[in-house]
Amino acid sequence: MKNKVLMCGNEACGEGAVLAGCKFYAGYPITPQNELTAYMAKRMYETNGVFIQAESEIAAINMVLGASAAGVRAMTSSSSPGISLKQEGISYMAGCELPCVIVNMQRGGPGLGNIAPSQGDYFQSVKGGGHGDYKIIVLAPASAQEFFEYTLLAFDLADKYRNPVMILGDGLLGQMMEPLHIAPPKDGPKVFEKPWALTGAKGRKQNIIRSLILAEGALEEHNKKLQEKFKLITQDEVRGETVNVKDSDVVLVAYGSVARIAKASMEMARAKGLRVGLIRPVTLWPFPDKLFDAAATSGKKFLVVEMSAGQMVEDVRLAVNGRASVEFYGRMGGGIPSEEEILQRVEAMYKV
Amino acid sequence: MKKTIKKTPMVKAQSSSVVTVGSEPIFTRPESLREAENHYCAGCGHGIVHRLICEAIDDFKIREKVIAVAPVGCAVIAYEYWDFDVAEAPHGRTPAVATGIKRVRPGNIVFTYQGDGDLAAIGTAEIIHAANRGENITVIFVNNGVYGMTGGQMAPTTLAGQKTSTTIHGRSLRREGYPIKMLEMLAVLPGAKYLERVSVHSSHEVLRAKRAIRKAFQMQIENKGFSMVEVLSMCPTYWGMPPIQAADRIKSEVSTFYPLGVIKSC
Amino acid sequence: MAKIKIDKDRCKGCYLCVVNCPNGLIKISGEMNIKGVKPAYFSGSTKCTGCMMCAVICPDCGIKVFK
Repeated sequence: MKNKVLMCGNEACGEGAVLAGCKFYAGYPITPQNELTAYMAKRMYETNGVFIQAESEIAAINMVLGASAAGVRAMTSSSSPGISLKQEGISYMAGCELPCVIVNMQRGGPGLGNIAPSQGDYFQSVKGGGHGDYKIIVLAPASAQEFFEYTLLAFDLADKYRNPVMILGDGLLGQMMEPLHIAPPKDGPKVFEKPWALTGAKGRKQNIIRSLILAEGALEEHNKKLQEKFKLITQDEVRGETVNVKDSDVVLVAYGSVARIAKASMEMARAKGLRVGLIRPVTLWPFPDKLFDAAATSGKKFLVVEMSAGQMVEDVRLAVNGRASVEFYGRMGGGIPSEEEILQRVEAMYKV
Repeated sequence: MKKTIKKTPMVKAQSSSVVTVGSEPIFTRPESLREAENHYCAGCGHGIVHRLICEAIDDFKIREKVIAVAPVGCAVIAYEYWDFDVAEAPHGRTPAVATGIKRVRPGNIVFTYQGDGDLAAIGTAEIIHAANRGENITVIFVNNGVYGMTGGQMAPTTLAGQKTSTTIHGRSLRREGYPIKMLEMLAVLPGAKYLERVSVHSSHEVLRAKRAIRKAFQMQIENKGFSMVEVLSMCPTYWGMPPIQAADRIKSEVSTFYPLGVIKSC
Repeated sequence: MAKIKIDKDRCKGCYLCVVNCPNGLIKISGEMNIKGVKPAYFSGSTKCTGCMMCAVICPDCGIKVFK
């Protein structure tokens, strides 16, 4: 049963969470994701879930930790500075192997920055953010439709791997209204058995949710187990899109809202006879390295476009591994690149 | 006046120390407290408080419903001693974690166990807001006026003049501020329903503490809202004195500043 | 009539039981236990009333009381 509605990305994400069976949301107001918090306040009430406007982003992630430890699907959301606050909690949840979904609608930074869109939290999301050796799955939707669908996916991935999953958006995607189809999962939200959850030790031994592991050598063993899990995720959960890459001379690389702009630039370039393609990573971690193999031959050029000083470009360089040249074009502090700007940059690459 | 004489087992009057008594002890370790020896220092109050909590839980027969949240501090591995479900929390966030658990599992009994760093320093926002929201949880706050686990640093509850590893000349009110009275502060919040301060420095006080802890769990069982028991406890190691003297210090000094008794009861 | 049993090797030597026995029936041993401390021990006196004050204050659940 498909239901076409007009929603902003924030709300589309919220509806995805509700239909995924999210029963706990805690958040703190911060622009540009307030529509999501307000939407969850309304929908959690309607679906017998729990909504708490927490006293801080720190309290919110810790409430999510508790709800998740108790076996319930839980989510929090914020924007860049608030996500910085959540890093300790995210590290703990990764160490405790607790599932949860965290939504970051990026804004200009560093510091308080501004409320315009940005992609300056890529490093924070995929390289760590919190302390210790862990990874979180990072999904990068590029439309309200994808916010809805990837939020459904995020809850399943979180439960499947017992790991935090982040949905990395930005202020543009969060607040822009778009039509989308709301299609609930056919047989309802997927249910995962959680024998490890804290439900009260009835008829079983006590369950302990912990990340402190002091016994000699035990923490290293635990880390090896986590790394095995991350390896598995890298094998099985990579997602990305390629457009016109095979016959291209220049390949644009972008994610999220920038990918939509870059796609427009690609079409403008093609109309001018320039053979331009696009690689759009959807999972930023695990990064879709293999998508670059076909295009990474000598003579080809990559142009990575981001709303940052250049963060994903480093992972592109790693994936390309010296086989082709990788260039970068970026806007910072809330600046949004236009299709024309990107096209100009592409044309310049042909002149060299 | 008629006197009721209680029947006791017949005992032979003798000068040796052989006494005939029942073979079943009238005092033992509660079942939800593990047999394992605890790692706490000699004379530390944690062992007593752990037992009182387990006695209350066994008394109310709620072991299978209990979900505890352990702090960061000396009691970080409390789950080794408790035989029920336990979650660790990041330092200070214990009441937030407890909130998440209780809200999604209101039928379970959720309590937090926190020290003076966890509750009164890094976790002040979390405890105030959990109390303010009137979360139906039980908070056990062990106040020993010092940070034990990390080597005896000043705590928000360290007394004026008290020497610690970060106040080597004694806490200066001018430089370090005043010791905080958490229960008195929280009493202002309508969401906080039952707040009592007790101590474990003598057997009599331990029995009073037992009653208070019992009441705090009863409040939750009866859905009466947020309750918190602050327990003045000994830290012989970082007070730099033997346990008996540490117990005396609570009696003569600590409880003078932190008065024992019910601070609030709704 | 009552008596207590103190777990000699569980005792950490805090002696809180010693000062909390209303009849002073608990003493400090002259010999070390496995922990290297001189544990508390029950003098065996018939004066024990089974009040449990010792067991109640012991932080290590080291005392059983029999009546």
